[in-house]
Amino acid sequence: MKTAALILSLLASPVMADGVQSTGDLGLVIERASGSLVVVDRSDRAAIGRIEGLGDLSHASMTYSPDERFAYIFARDGGLSKVDILTQEVVARTVQAGNSIGGAISDDGRLIAVSNYEPGGVKVFDADTLDLVADIPAAGKTIGLVDVPGRRFAWAVWDSGEVFLGDFSGAEPDIKMIGNAGKNPYDAVLTDDAHTYLVGLFGEKGVTAFDLWADAPEPKRFLQDYGKTSEDLPVYKMPHLQGWAFSSGQFVLPAVGQHEVLWVDRNSLEENARTAVHGQPVFIIAQPASPYVWVNFATPLNDTVQVIDSRSHEVVATLTPGKAVLHMEFAPRGAEVWISSRDDNRVLIYDTKTREKLAEIEAAAPSGIFFTARAHQPGL
Amino acid sequence: MRSLVALFCLALPLHAQVPAERAKALEHMVIQDCGSCHGLTMKGGLGSPLTPDALDHADAEGLALIILDGVPGTAMPPWRPLLTEAEAMWIAHYLKKD
Repeated sequence: MKTAALILSLLASPVMADGVQSTGDLGLVIERASGSLVVVDRSDRAAIGRIEGLGDLSHASMTYSPDERFAYIFARDGGLSKVDILTQEVVARTVQAGNSIGGAISDDGRLIAVSNYEPGGVKVFDADTLDLVADIPAAGKTIGLVDVPGRRFAWAVWDSGEVFLGDFSGAEPDIKMIGNAGKNPYDAVLTDDAHTYLVGLFGEKGVTAFDLWADAPEPKRFLQDYGKTSEDLPVYKMPHLQGWAFSSGQFVLPAVGQHEVLWVDRNSLEENARTAVHGQPVFIIAQPASPYVWVNFATPLNDTVQVIDSRSHEVVATLTPGKAVLHMEFAPRGAEVWISSRDDNRVLIYDTKTREKLAEIEAAAPSGIFFTARAHQPGL
Repeated sequence: MRSLVALFCLALPLHAQVPAERAKALEHMVIQDCGSCHGLTMKGGLGSPLTPDALDHADAEGLALIILDGVPGTAMPPWRPLLTEAEAMWIAHYLKKD
């Protein structure tokens, strides 16, 4: 804990010290091993505080309230915490399951849904009080939980492959199974237009798409043939799909068990191209307002980040920002990317135009970086 | 020493001989990388719980083999490309808190 003590001493006083503070350029960085969050200011490229007591954050994520003041933190140990970024305090907390994996906020900001492994299922809470609103059991671990317009959520079940759409706009929840994605879905994502729910498969090759604009969505499988010519490599870290990039009319997808990124035509779902990369992709994230996507990789090749041009499908830059790069978050208009280096205990800030490092911030074993601008993006 | 015979059959080192510096790196790897699926506190996630209680009835040798060769049909990958047999045994004992 020497590092944590050091960082604490470097942090400035709480945000509200002199009265007025806006939140539009703030963010939170997860310190996965110490159950804490660093509050960061994007404009100042600085840490401005720390919030502690959030439990096991080994696979933590969060979502923001519409006013960008509160964040809901989903912890591995089943803890759901609501933190106030301004006062830098935990204002509500419930340990709602034994083991959970992620969550989402409804489009109207009123409901928080949490995706649980143990016991499997989805629980829905009042966003103000964290009182339980609905408890939807599942026949296994739930993954890929996203918000869908109309006070709805979609999710999939790792064990059974079933995909559900839950409507929470009425007095009673209306839960429908909309189809089977395939064997062992590991994560899912909703496109930015809330049109297509894409479910990635680990237990077999392929990705399954559901058209959520349709009255009766049906599973449509694609990319069933990638990697069939070569032996799969061990997967040392599951890819994450929340950052799945949608660029230039294409989906950009990780090839599970391969050192490749796959490009798929957004309309036809046909494979356009594949790009050989440094390792197994974990996050593939589009740099906003640009043709570029940034990729990080699974251990042990996780000291590298690559930039790919979505027009040529070629790697145009290879950076080595630090040891154990776990996540990347872009400034909403794309000028900067913040990169977490877990084993260097730092967040590295890069200019996306020059791809040079601008600054760094100390954080203890940082993983996810979440800027408040996420509050206004469906699917985040 | 109840599984001495089994040990010889599997040809895994009896007790892991791992230099102190490497042991530190292995501990970091267990907490951070294994923790991605099994939880930082080893209470489980996509992967099974790996607390000493959960592993009470598991042989260290068997655990080492799972670490080295993975569990086909599940998300547990083979770590043999990254670990020696002695290191896998060290991790097995570390998890069981032997």
